[in-house]
Amino acid sequence: MFRGAVWLLAGRGSLGRGLSTRSGGWTPDWTEKVSEIKKKIQSALPGGAWHPLYDTSHLPPEHSDVVIVGGGVLGLSVAYWLKRLEKPRGAIKVLVVDRDHTYSQASTGLSVGGIRQQFSLPENIQLSLFSVDFLRNINEYLAVVNDPPLDVQFNPSGYLFLASEKGAAIMENNVKVQRQEGAKVCLMSPEQLRNKFPWINTDGVALASYGLEGEGWFDPWCLLQGLRRKVQSLGVLFSQGEVTRFITSSSHMQTTSGKGVTMKRIHEVHVKMDHSLEYQPVECAIVINAAGAWSGQVAELAGIGKGPPDTLEGTKLPVEPRKRYVYLWHCPEGPGLETPFVADTSGAYFRREGLGHNYLGGCSPTEEEEPDPGNLEVDHDFFQDKVWPPLAHRVPAFQCLKHLVRLQVRSAWAGYYDYNTFDQNGVVGPHPLVSNMYFATGFSGHGLQQAPAVGRAVAEMVLEGQFRTIDLSSFLFSRFYLGEKVEERNII
Amino acid sequence: MRGKYPRCLRLVAPIWNLSASGSRCLSSAVTPEGNQRKGGMLLQFLADRFYDVEALRDYLFQKQLSKVHKKNRSFVGIKKRYGPYIAGASFVLKQGGAVKFQGQEWIRATGHGYSRLKLLNFQAVPIEAVDASDCAINYEGLDNILALKELQSLFLQRCPHVDDWCLSRLHQLASSLQELSLAGCPRISERGLACLHHLQNLRRLDISDLPAVSNPGLTQILVEEMLPKCEVVGAEWAQGLKSGPEEQSQDTASPLPT
Repeated sequence: MFRGAVWLLAGRGSLGRGLSTRSGGWTPDWTEKVSEIKKKIQSALPGGAWHPLYDTSHLPPEHSDVVIVGGGVLGLSVAYWLKRLEKPRGAIKVLVVDRDHTYSQASTGLSVGGIRQQFSLPENIQLSLFSVDFLRNINEYLAVVNDPPLDVQFNPSGYLFLASEKGAAIMENNVKVQRQEGAKVCLMSPEQLRNKFPWINTDGVALASYGLEGEGWFDPWCLLQGLRRKVQSLGVLFSQGEVTRFITSSSHMQTTSGKGVTMKRIHEVHVKMDHSLEYQPVECAIVINAAGAWSGQVAELAGIGKGPPDTLEGTKLPVEPRKRYVYLWHCPEGPGLETPFVADTSGAYFRREGLGHNYLGGCSPTEEEEPDPGNLEVDHDFFQDKVWPPLAHRVPAFQCLKHLVRLQVRSAWAGYYDYNTFDQNGVVGPHPLVSNMYFATGFSGHGLQQAPAVGRAVAEMVLEGQFRTIDLSSFLFSRFYLGEKVEERNII
Repeated sequence: MRGKYPRCLRLVAPIWNLSASGSRCLSSAVTPEGNQRKGGMLLQFLADRFYDVEALRDYLFQKQLSKVHKKNRSFVGIKKRYGPYIAGASFVLKQGGAVKFQGQEWIRATGHGYSRLKLLNFQAVPIEAVDASDCAINYEGLDNILALKELQSLFLQRCPHVDDWCLSRLHQLASSLQELSLAGCPRISERGLACLHHLQNLRRLDISDLPAVSNPGLTQILVEEMLPKCEVVGAEWAQGLKSGPEEQSQDTASPLPT
């Protein structure tokens, strides 16, 4: 019947030929009407999204097996591994929902881009080791036919952690664990440090740990775009919109000891379009919370944390946005090409950027000085008060004789950490009560460097029900209720 | 062949809507270069419509990658039995390079005087130079070379798979390496050159003709600063600098009035 309509129109001779050549009776906007008719008939053919009254092509689909809330590097990594590990191919329909397709506030694009294995937890070290492997072979993992290969611009310059007398014993212990897991790290005394990096002032440094391989920094935007491109070629759908509501159903059950417990399941996700009240209810089987700094709000929508305190129902997801500043400055007498990513005893850090003696750095503020995360405005006084003094003490070249050559802050920006206030480590895996919401968030500043491995772990959890390659059972949600902190000591 | 349900509808549409189905084929902006390109486009056209062709295309791609991996397997068996020097020598010679044992001449796989049995004589003799130019060595294959702890010269000219990640591994040879040549490697950039500062015994470094280095003259200066005791051969420091108006007028004017 529709083909008949096609041939009827074709019979008029209007399609595919210059319409303007016809004279008389053809109004100038006929081409628009024709293309509208084309679109309508095409959407009416089976397989297209068709609504009898209006165009719905901008809305997400009505059904999806997995909905990933958040399209940053963690969300896209989960989508990639879901598509890669699914059996058979094309079995799972995945939808990634993000409210900002420009990623203007997303932590991924604003990140400094460092990757290291110098953690104190074996799980973190293993996650990082796999992610470095992933980055090295990125063109085997994320290859798309007929598209150019990716260049993540990895600088294998390593991380240099400095420890004072107090932290020296902990650092030695950490290095032992790191070496056991397979990271290539070496310990250096202040004398060796001075020999290797003559521009360092080793005053107050008792021990230093230096990553020799697999550590450095890279371009996070390239990784994000590479993942996005690959994931689109694998058939994952994208939608720009905000998740405003979850439709859930509860069932009351009893544990073996007779205690009552309410299990919930999410049935629908309401995705609201930008600048409009229009929303689309997406029926789904599994929801993945990879919303980064806003994961806490998304979890609240599902009813996580709404209950009497000190119960499992009342345990909130303790992830909140924390603002961090990054400053870029220029110092012509500064350290040269061999500069690693230096993390000072005071918590301030810096790294080389490019070949022109520019440096990127910042510092994590103490709890009392936490800036207001309402916006991404930069506080330049923070640099003068908290970042520059320890760095200028550590690297005397940064003091830059003020009357001859000034330290110029060229640029600065701010980004969010998806900060886990409980123990600053990620939350991975399903919620014990809302059984079809999985978390992949809360990494407090080291999410980017662990994203490929975490994506694989969450995909394994979703598809097979357990972690297969890296065991992240200590990162499950239940630790918040049980009070078992999994503390990471090496947080920058 | 199994057809793909949603895509085969495009066979109805193309009369009027070529852009939708053809966008995948014509997405790359490169102009077709003869039959190879046309063959590639045909494969793409078929792969869009049939699952089997798509799987075939992915299989061919994976085969290409695994070719390089196969060439770079570690010779663990030989290493255990005959030691790291023989293993390293066998690996390099198999790839098409040349090896020089201490006190001996260069040995090449194709040259005269080479036989596997003769190699076994040198079980305890350390290797002092490896010439792996134009070989398909990659990150994994470097294992065999990094086991040679007395290596003094390493030539990696024009190796297509040696990249910044490989350079970050060279710190294991820091105690002995004195000469390193990376000329013509297409994947090495200034970021990889930054991790050569571990090689404190290096006396000669060749970094000429590296197409991926963004600023050869500046990189040369920075590498020279980083390795003060090393002679760095490569780009001239003035390369990439535009000549000023004075120099230009000097060139055009005659040098001396005759």
